[in-house]
Amino acid sequence: MNTNLRRAVVAAAVAALGLPALAACGGSGDKGSAGAGGGKTVTLVSHDSFLVSDSVLKEFTKQTGYTVKVVKGGDAGQAVNQAILSKSHPQGDVFFGVDNTLLSRAFDNDLFTPYEAKGLDRVPKDVQADAARHRVTPVDSGDICVNYDRAYFADHKLAPPQSFDDLIKPEYKNLLVTENSATSSPGLAFQLATIAKYGEDNWQDYWKKLKANDVEVVNGWEQAYNERFSGSAGGKKAKGDKPLVVSYASSPPAEVVGVNPLPKESPTGVATGTCFRQIEFAGLLKGAKNTEGGKALIDFMLGKAFQEDMPLQMYVNPVNEDAKLPEVFTKYGAKIADSQTLAPEKIAKNRDQWVKAWSSIVLK
Amino acid sequence: MLRLDGVTVGFGGRAALDAVDLDVAEHEIVCVLGPSGSGKSTLLRVVAGLQRADAGQVYLAGKDQSGVPVHRRGVGLMFQDHQLFPQRDVGGNVAFGLRMRGVARAEAERKVAGLLDLVGLPGAQRRAVAALSGGEQQRVALARALAPEPRLLMLDEPLGQLDRTLRERLVVELRGLFGRLGTTVLAVTHDQGEAFALADRVVVMRDGRIAQAGSPLEVWQRPASEFVARFLGFDNVVEAKVRGERAETVWGGIPVPTGTPEGACRVLVRPAGVRFASEGLPCVVSGRTFRGDHVALTLRPEAGPELEAAAALQTAPGVGERMRVAFDAAEVVVLP
Amino acid sequence: MALPLAFFAVFFAYPVASIVSRGLKDGGQWRFGRIGEVITDPHIGHVLWFTTWQAAASTALTLACGLPGAYVFARFDFPGKRLLRAVVTVPFVLPTVVAGSAFLALLGHGGLLDELWGVRLDTTVWAILLAHVFFNYAVVVRTVGGLWAQLDPRQEEAARVLGAGRLAAWWRVTLPALGPAVAAAGLMVFLFTFTSFGVVQILGGPRYATLEVEIYQQTAQLLDLPTAAVLTLVQFAAVGVLLAVHARTVRRREATLRLVDAARTARRPQGAGQWALLASVLVFITLLILLPLAVLVLRSFDGPDGYGLAFYRALASAGDNGGTFVVAPLETIGNSLAYGLAATAIAVVVGGLAAAALTRREGRLVRGFDALLMLPLGTSAVTVGFGFLIALDEPPLDLRTSWILVPLAQALVGVPFVVRTMLPVLRAVDARLREAAAVLGASPLRAWREVDLPLVGRALGVAAGFAFAVSLGEFGATVFIARPDSPTLPVAVARLLGRPGELNYGQAMALSTILMLVCAAALLVLERVRTDRTGEF
Repeated sequence: MNTNLRRAVVAAAVAALGLPALAACGGSGDKGSAGAGGGKTVTLVSHDSFLVSDSVLKEFTKQTGYTVKVVKGGDAGQAVNQAILSKSHPQGDVFFGVDNTLLSRAFDNDLFTPYEAKGLDRVPKDVQADAARHRVTPVDSGDICVNYDRAYFADHKLAPPQSFDDLIKPEYKNLLVTENSATSSPGLAFQLATIAKYGEDNWQDYWKKLKANDVEVVNGWEQAYNERFSGSAGGKKAKGDKPLVVSYASSPPAEVVGVNPLPKESPTGVATGTCFRQIEFAGLLKGAKNTEGGKALIDFMLGKAFQEDMPLQMYVNPVNEDAKLPEVFTKYGAKIADSQTLAPEKIAKNRDQWVKAWSSIVLK
Repeated sequence: MLRLDGVTVGFGGRAALDAVDLDVAEHEIVCVLGPSGSGKSTLLRVVAGLQRADAGQVYLAGKDQSGVPVHRRGVGLMFQDHQLFPQRDVGGNVAFGLRMRGVARAEAERKVAGLLDLVGLPGAQRRAVAALSGGEQQRVALARALAPEPRLLMLDEPLGQLDRTLRERLVVELRGLFGRLGTTVLAVTHDQGEAFALADRVVVMRDGRIAQAGSPLEVWQRPASEFVARFLGFDNVVEAKVRGERAETVWGGIPVPTGTPEGACRVLVRPAGVRFASEGLPCVVSGRTFRGDHVALTLRPEAGPELEAAAALQTAPGVGERMRVAFDAAEVVVLP
Repeated sequence: MALPLAFFAVFFAYPVASIVSRGLKDGGQWRFGRIGEVITDPHIGHVLWFTTWQAAASTALTLACGLPGAYVFARFDFPGKRLLRAVVTVPFVLPTVVAGSAFLALLGHGGLLDELWGVRLDTTVWAILLAHVFFNYAVVVRTVGGLWAQLDPRQEEAARVLGAGRLAAWWRVTLPALGPAVAAAGLMVFLFTFTSFGVVQILGGPRYATLEVEIYQQTAQLLDLPTAAVLTLVQFAAVGVLLAVHARTVRRREATLRLVDAARTARRPQGAGQWALLASVLVFITLLILLPLAVLVLRSFDGPDGYGLAFYRALASAGDNGGTFVVAPLETIGNSLAYGLAATAIAVVVGGLAAAALTRREGRLVRGFDALLMLPLGTSAVTVGFGFLIALDEPPLDLRTSWILVPLAQALVGVPFVVRTMLPVLRAVDARLREAAAVLGASPLRAWREVDLPLVGRALGVAAGFAFAVSLGEFGATVFIARPDSPTLPVAVARLLGRPGELNYGQAMALSTILMLVCAAALLVLERVRTDRTGEF
């Protein structure tokens, strides 16, 4: 439909419904709506997992005078897709939450205005995926790894697996639950890790062996971690039957958060040789109404206050080298030395075909 | 044919039926008469098996029916508001009971046509029940109830919703029809005219008990209690003290039949037994209702309750006239 | 008619058409070749077949399980009936991710069946079918039971006296009279299960996919809009066929019913058979519905130091414990209730007007509209959500960041319930009553308000209850619509479950328990309001 016709249709419909009143009161429900044309509000578009302390946002307002409004929609993939679909009328100024598996899609759709954030010098080069053009700024990183149930392996006098190769050994038969690559982002990351590790020619063989070793696949992380994994709080109540699960490197510290008194070690551990590095980026949306505010927000997200708030809010690692990890992370988390990674372009190009190949091996 | 033996039904502490005994002979038409709430509908429901009796037995053709489900009892019931099935047409309604008995389609169709003829609705098979008038619905409901040839047909206020002329005509038609078919009928109604016109025998009920049973004539002539008398429309009832062949009342002396026990009782004088006379109780005419073949008068005596009297058209006095009345022994009933 | 039509056009047809045309257009040109490619894909054919048969089987099973329940609720009086009727509706509003987990306690590893007989049904089709019964039981009990309670029991007695056995009388007299309601309930259940997403994902496992799951993956994960567009059209076509069949069967059966006051038709069960029926329905409800719910409640109390209120305290103290603060629970309850009430109001007004218009007018166009109103139930939440995003993005309709979008999306799903529940009852109202009102000087609208409305108050209550329940539990649209952050209870639960750690898991269970309580309480209030209304005449 051309724009004029579209306007006419919409206007007619609105007149029929008497909606202006509705729309008006809808807008006024939020303090300082986006329709006001920017001003002192900066709008951050993100996914449902985004979380930040109120005090940190207040700090931002104190520093810059801008108030932050957060708009959330779906998981990481959905949020990126929504941003792409609403490119002509963006919902906000800054997008946060595009990771390295989705980055190419965002670039292909020309979602971001380049901006070189202040403070990038304190960020390691290896997480700066777009160092040449600065369309996106890395904000946090995290690892997807196999977690294990300490109690199970202690009871069975078995050493927990440490590497991909361990997982196909007969002693770990029928112990691992992972997620569907087609529906779950940790599932996909784990598959990508095996592709990075064994190469495009051999990863399928690895999965055939994993399949022969009775790997279990469920659709979502929630089912894998909360229902089937015997080491998690949820899994214990749900009588989970798998002592190995594909989850995050930050899951073991998360298991002890809020437990009183703190135990000596987390009930779960990380198989450090089975990890995939996920980096989340923020970018200035093209067509942003408040570009200056957006830039200030991206700068702030790289700053110490935000970076040190992230771990306990979103269970991710800061990228700013000056930011200190909270004690639960250093005490109960594992140091991941050799995470697997893949170039975003390569992921974008092959993702479909890899997931199809994976499905036909594992799900049949 | 039908025998009830001490049937009792209670609803939340109140007895709808209280140890009712009743016999209905083959080919007999029995009408249960009573005001609403007297338990007469419950009586039909117990016989049909729609309501469990708390005590007592129902026998059909000598067989105890306890434990026999509704559809195996072989009785017919015509509901007060007909309960025709709105989603079926007239033919479908009448044929329903036949289909339940597995009657062959052709046979059923023939029978339905015959029944519709019988009730005066020939060729109405395809009509929608919602489009029928009240009288027509009545006839369809009757045809439907008759179709499976029940050994006992029960009618709940069969003519209740119809207008007077239709009702009077239908009562005659029904009695003729049941006579021809030899159907055993148990009907309930609150309309005494209907009951007397239809029934071989009338049973008057009150508060779940049988107040009186007998032929229409017996009941009419000798109401067994003040309740029955009043329910039949006789309001000239008064306290009396019998001495010899006279009863002393506020209306003065009233002649009673020989052999009436001495002492306190109540006395009913039927309106026809209130005669104008030169001697007797002085009254003023306070009301006058034209009844077609006679005039019903309401008389206010000097003392005691008002009296009803019947007068011939020509001789009936006007409202406000004064006169004296005497009582005719033949129309006096002594009530216990 | 104008208002429902406009509502439907702006908030459903226009957004969905936008997203579908975006998928089928390439550089301003329509590309219909894509349709052929997708439809002939054997994988899609397989998905379509599975989607259809599991929906048909689920519907049949739900009706088979639900009709005895509808009977018991309509005809028997027993203590706690109102509470139980509210409770069986709770699964309907629970987020699948929570209820699925509870359901596993019945069917999965270490579940009741496993402990008793060593049977595990998770990742089988049976899990999907039983979960669909669990979620949709209330649809049958409430929709069919609502009408059943108002059917004159003497109709069935008339059939019994004419020689029909208990079952035959039910089959030949009551069932045809219930026809429209059964068809409506069946249609709802079919549409819900046809577009089933969470249940299939969680309980069925990766081997099973419905069309809805496929559309979700193509849209939300892969952003393959052309394929998603074709799949959406396929789903429309399938739903369209179904609606056409439904319209045919219902039209033949509709007739003026004799409705009586529902309070008069229910009584205490009599005789061993009725007690046995009541008992077996109660046992069924206990096993299939109460047990999973009880598991959730139990887990919400099963804290780190044994049973206690630890997780509820954590919810209450949100904020002073940095890492565990996801949402303020009180706020989410408020959000849920506010959204729910707004959505219910919209759905009742739009649906009520539509039903009234459909009762008064006849003709093919009107029937077409009737079917159209059902389409949202057969449409993927992600399609609607993304459609909103690209369609309602310009003034005067830039509602994307307005709170009203959420209740609007929820009302889309609520309207069909209102229409379906009200229509059979409205049509059953004797037209002569309306004529009487007209003769006495009432305009058509006034006649509707004075005659129909009081008569259908109960049905309206049922409809409002469903609309409210739907919006309380609505998850898909609420999640897919990007909006300023005011999470509803189900969204908050999903967020908590998405984070590791005992406190998060426990809080999710506690919040689910609160969701159940809020829902049960809201429905109880509704039941009370409803009976007061009907008591007036």
